[in-house]
Amino acid sequence: MSALSEVLRRDLVLAWREGGTVGVALGFYLIVVTMLPLGLGPDLKLLSRIAPGVLWVALLLAALLSLGRLFETDLEDGSLEVMATGPVPLEAVAAAKSLAHWLTTGLPLAVLAPILGLLLNLEPDAYAVLVATMLAGTPAISFIGAIGAALTVRTRRGGLLLALLMLPLFVPTLIFGISAIGAALTSSDAFGPSFLILSAISLASVALAPLAAAAALRLQLQ
Amino acid sequence: MQTLTQRLANPTRFMALSARVLPWLAGLAVVLLAAGLVMALASPLDYQQGHAAKIMYVHVPTAWLSIMGYMLVAVSSFGLLVFRHPLADVSAKAAAPIGAAFTFICLVTGSLWGKPMWGAFWVWDPRLTSVLILFFLYLGLISLRSSIEDEALAGKLTAVLSIVGIVIVPVIKFSVDWNSLHQPASVMRLGAPTIHASLLWPLLVMAGGMMALFGALHLKGMRNEILRRRVKALRTVEVEASAGLARQPAE
Repeated sequence: MSALSEVLRRDLVLAWREGGTVGVALGFYLIVVTMLPLGLGPDLKLLSRIAPGVLWVALLLAALLSLGRLFETDLEDGSLEVMATGPVPLEAVAAAKSLAHWLTTGLPLAVLAPILGLLLNLEPDAYAVLVATMLAGTPAISFIGAIGAALTVRTRRGGLLLALLMLPLFVPTLIFGISAIGAALTSSDAFGPSFLILSAISLASVALAPLAAAAALRLQLQ
Repeated sequence: MQTLTQRLANPTRFMALSARVLPWLAGLAVVLLAAGLVMALASPLDYQQGHAAKIMYVHVPTAWLSIMGYMLVAVSSFGLLVFRHPLADVSAKAAAPIGAAFTFICLVTGSLWGKPMWGAFWVWDPRLTSVLILFFLYLGLISLRSSIEDEALAGKLTAVLSIVGIVIVPVIKFSVDWNSLHQPASVMRLGAPTIHASLLWPLLVMAGGMMALFGALHLKGMRNEILRRRVKALRTVEVEASAGLARQPAE
């Protein structure tokens, strides 16, 4: 357990001291959300209607941006092989690194979303729901995304390939996130089920995705 | 006593068997598709949709096969990762592009049918969306395989992805499946089919023909892949011999 928390701590420290990845993801998020009103025109009603969807899709893209480096740097400097031969199972290492990715990307992006919501004239009622669905849904993005990061760790131009492989797998998360927000805004009873399914997807991916990610890593470490 | 899959682990035996089966399967596909098309054209017209409903006889079988093709890829991948069957990777590799092609035909015929019926080539309907995402999954499998140079590694990594995909496909299907514009399943359902026999028979014959076509293409694809690997192995041996290197055993 201590070795596991050490992996987590190391990744967090690396993310904090490098600073780059988190900053770039947040900057990308900001830029994408800013570009959309410029493309769509400054119609506040339209923006307010599409704001939750825009924020969710931009969050997905921003999270993808930093996923590509999840295992790459560790493979390059050999520390991944050290972890693979160590006492901690590779599944747990993959889970710890996915958790670190969520803490450094998913969490800040979800917390930043309301500020960007201001730019898009998001309805006041939607702020709390937006952050709640994002907090419930972003773990799925980090953990499922780790599978893609593991699969593409040795490929050149892995980033684009990662997006192609992983975006289809993010569809359920996106759909239930959006439908929960939509249900909360129209105050229908569909909010509960949508939110619970969203949480279920996150929990299932936290439990299962590290197995697949570790399998993919192990194949490439042989 | 070996089972059939164990016996087929020997590529030479597989090549001999598939060479005998392939012409029959291809012939069956031609006969069934021809008969199915004639039966489909002779079947009664839909009182609302007229001739446009005939697209169903191509659309529905390809839709079934798009999912069966993915199952074939996933089962082959499972065989590769768990049983390390030597032909499993060949099977998964050959099935992916064929499955993608059938999915594409399903999407195209669906949108040609959708234009006169719904007034648009594409609507963001749950059924359509989930098939489109299945198509993207196929593309992901193909592009992951092509982006890794080491073929054995590429096969195994693609297998991991396809198994992740099979876990997630039902979730995608379920996630997009609330209130659909698309009509509900009328053949593949519990209880009796809700489609009339005069329409069902041509559909089943077409489906049988499409399955035979898929099988024939898949066998041919597998044979081509085995031959390609043999040529590659022979070439490697030749190059190594001419370079005066120690001769490595071929794969």
